[in-house]
Amino acid sequence: MRITVVRLISQIFFMGLFFFFCFVTQFSYLKGYPVSIFLEVDPLVAIATAITTHTLYQGLVWSLVLLIPTLFLGRFFCNWICPYGILHQFTGWLFNRRTITENIDSNRYRKVFALKYYILIGMGGAALFGSLQIGLLDPISLLFRSFTVAVLPTLDMPTEWFYVRPHVHQLGWVVGFLLFFLIGMNLVIPRFFCRVLCPLGATLGLLSRFSLWRIHRDTDKCVDCDLCLQRCEGASDPHTNLRKSECFVCFNCIDDCPHDALSFDFMPDLKGEVAGPQISGRRAVMAGLIGALSFPFSRRSGDVDELFKKEVVRPPGSVAEDAFLERCIKCDQCIRVCPTNVLQPAMLEGGIEGVWTPIMNMRTGYCELNCTLCGEVCPTGAIQKISIEQKLGIGQFTDLGPVKTGTAFYDRGRCLPWAMDTPCVVCEEVCPTSPKAIYSREVEITNRWGEKVVLTRPYVDPEVCIGCGICEHECPVQDHRAIRVTAVGETRSKERSLLLGMSGGQEGCCGGGGGSSSAGGGCGCSSKKESSGLLQIDATESA
Amino acid sequence: MKRREFLRRAGMTGLAVAGSGVGAGLLHDPRGGDQFFRDVQVAAAKTLPSFAVDSGSSAVAMAIARGTDAGAMVRAAIGEMGGIARFIRPGDTVLLKPNVAFDRAPLLGATTSPAVLKAVAELCREAGAKKIIVADNPINQPEGCFFKSGIKAAADEIGAELMLPRRSSFEEVKIDGEVLGTWTTFYEPFAAADKVIGIAPCKDHNLCSGSMTMKNWYGMLGGRRNQFHQAIHGIISDFPHMVKPTLVVLDATRVLMRNGPTGGSLSDVAVGDTLVVGTDMVAVDTFG
Repeated sequence: MRITVVRLISQIFFMGLFFFFCFVTQFSYLKGYPVSIFLEVDPLVAIATAITTHTLYQGLVWSLVLLIPTLFLGRFFCNWICPYGILHQFTGWLFNRRTITENIDSNRYRKVFALKYYILIGMGGAALFGSLQIGLLDPISLLFRSFTVAVLPTLDMPTEWFYVRPHVHQLGWVVGFLLFFLIGMNLVIPRFFCRVLCPLGATLGLLSRFSLWRIHRDTDKCVDCDLCLQRCEGASDPHTNLRKSECFVCFNCIDDCPHDALSFDFMPDLKGEVAGPQISGRRAVMAGLIGALSFPFSRRSGDVDELFKKEVVRPPGSVAEDAFLERCIKCDQCIRVCPTNVLQPAMLEGGIEGVWTPIMNMRTGYCELNCTLCGEVCPTGAIQKISIEQKLGIGQFTDLGPVKTGTAFYDRGRCLPWAMDTPCVVCEEVCPTSPKAIYSREVEITNRWGEKVVLTRPYVDPEVCIGCGICEHECPVQDHRAIRVTAVGETRSKERSLLLGMSGGQEGCCGGGGGSSSAGGGCGCSSKKESSGLLQIDATESA
Repeated sequence: MKRREFLRRAGMTGLAVAGSGVGAGLLHDPRGGDQFFRDVQVAAAKTLPSFAVDSGSSAVAMAIARGTDAGAMVRAAIGEMGGIARFIRPGDTVLLKPNVAFDRAPLLGATTSPAVLKAVAELCREAGAKKIIVADNPINQPEGCFFKSGIKAAADEIGAELMLPRRSSFEEVKIDGEVLGTWTTFYEPFAAADKVIGIAPCKDHNLCSGSMTMKNWYGMLGGRRNQFHQAIHGIISDFPHMVKPTLVVLDATRVLMRNGPTGGSLSDVAVGDTLVVGTDMVAVDTFG
């Protein structure tokens, strides 16, 4: 069997695996599947989070599985495993109407391909200060996000395959058209994203500098026909001086060479190769500077501290906001797995650094009391793997109390019993805590016609309220709800606490100590997780 | 220009002109939008047939069983009613409607006991039911509710089909009550069923004070249910207009005494060890 056929089989397998994991990242099918594995083997995620947090979170150590072979072989990931690369190769092939000479010309190296290294350097500059932005363009994060936010909701419309109650995602059209644009660009430059933008490709390109196996051209046999460029995926110039940092190890050139002049050799002569990526020092410094400056510029805009927005209600188990921005790679797996659709990709609610990070929107859903799936799938610990006991503050966590995501407040000018003498209290009905955080008082009032009527008017007990938002979700005042959850009172941050007696929160464990960047990694509570996150409350513990 | 070509080209233009005229005529809506006319909606709405079985006026209308074994209680109560054969014929498709509104473990009393559901389903199987459907449109996320309440496991054990409330499962249904005229209803399971059995837990409720077999039908409605609290008593008394079930079962094996309808703590639950079966919802709920 030819090696390119083996490669094709590998590509089909990994693409299928990605689709499968994407499908099962859902309440009913999740079971124990390692759905985060593509992100965990991604060295860019591992290296960048290691820069921001100085630790390697749980499964991210799997990145060695990819990193070490890359040191030997080069960027084989790009053309053997990467589902986003496979998607681009496939669509580029499907819509390709070029002649052979046009194909050859479209696969020559261009200077613009160096852009990805500058992007990587810029993101690295931001990461040095604790702003993790690689997720904007990391191919696995980008693809998973595109599927979660745009592709699956689209496919679900005619088929109802993915949701029982259809999910909506704010600004899904932006994510959708971005995917469409990046795929469409394959018609202009084949593998546009992989060659020009991909920061993971750039990382792997840097890592392949010293790899032992490389494409070798036998200049005695070569007749300079350039046919090896016909299907060259990486545009790595195998017809002349090889650019190993651009080579995707697809083996098409070896296949296409009519004179057997090309081979994949162990330690070939390096003479005549273009060593390492061709980037200019001045531009690299500029890119790094832009990245580094983005940190003070965005942090001093205040979105993380003084000016934090009330809409930035993070999922339960999230670490404090600055630590969150060190960890979240915007892959949106949490949004995919969320059974109620409460999680939404942020646009600018959390500031420029928080684009596509998960926030809770109580109009689309609410946080299910006995559910911790978002933390279960988070590959980087931005949302910690908390147990149900820990979330509810029962059993051994009784002293710490429940994990609060925010606090509910009434808008008495819009609430039916408060403003319009109309009975309602749906909020109290659905409030899931015991005792309910929402309670009511009966009052006898005189209505506008002079009649005495008894009304039940609701109140929030901020000590009991956990900010799940089901009250807001079920409130019949559909547009601007009469009860709304805002971020104040959230457990993860002392700065945002509400009641004096409760500012301790779950400090010392996940989510505590607002401001500490070490709130993740080795904290003991993550070892007590249930593998599926679907734990049923044991009757004896809730008693 | 040749005559043939003149005719061909003029003919094409003529066809396009005629096409636009016919299209406009077919699409023209002189009333200005059907959606603004309630009568059109009502005419298009479906009606639910009566699922009640006529056994004459002397037939037993209600039976009460007390005990700790759910299966034995269901058998005893339905036995007192004249046996399951009075209600289910061989080949029937039976819809069982538990209350699975919340994502709660069975012991917390916020949902129908899986043991009771299973016992009723087993009886239906014995009576020759061809197919058993279990359906509800919960308030919490449906899959989580069915999973954690143990209802999915019970349905799987008995080989019943779990029908989830998908978008396409809903239709406008004519209810003709005092408050509800037509309402978006989880219609698919009703359409498939010959017989309907409601199985409701006995619960405290923050607004209605109690939630039993009549309020159970709330779970088959869709749309803007969060408006119902504005006239909850009227809504509940509309349910007998909407559904005429074959049988209702009031599951008071565990009773949610406070913090209803969600509960959430074992201290909210009392052991009731009682089960009521009846053909008349009002009678059953009055007893409850």
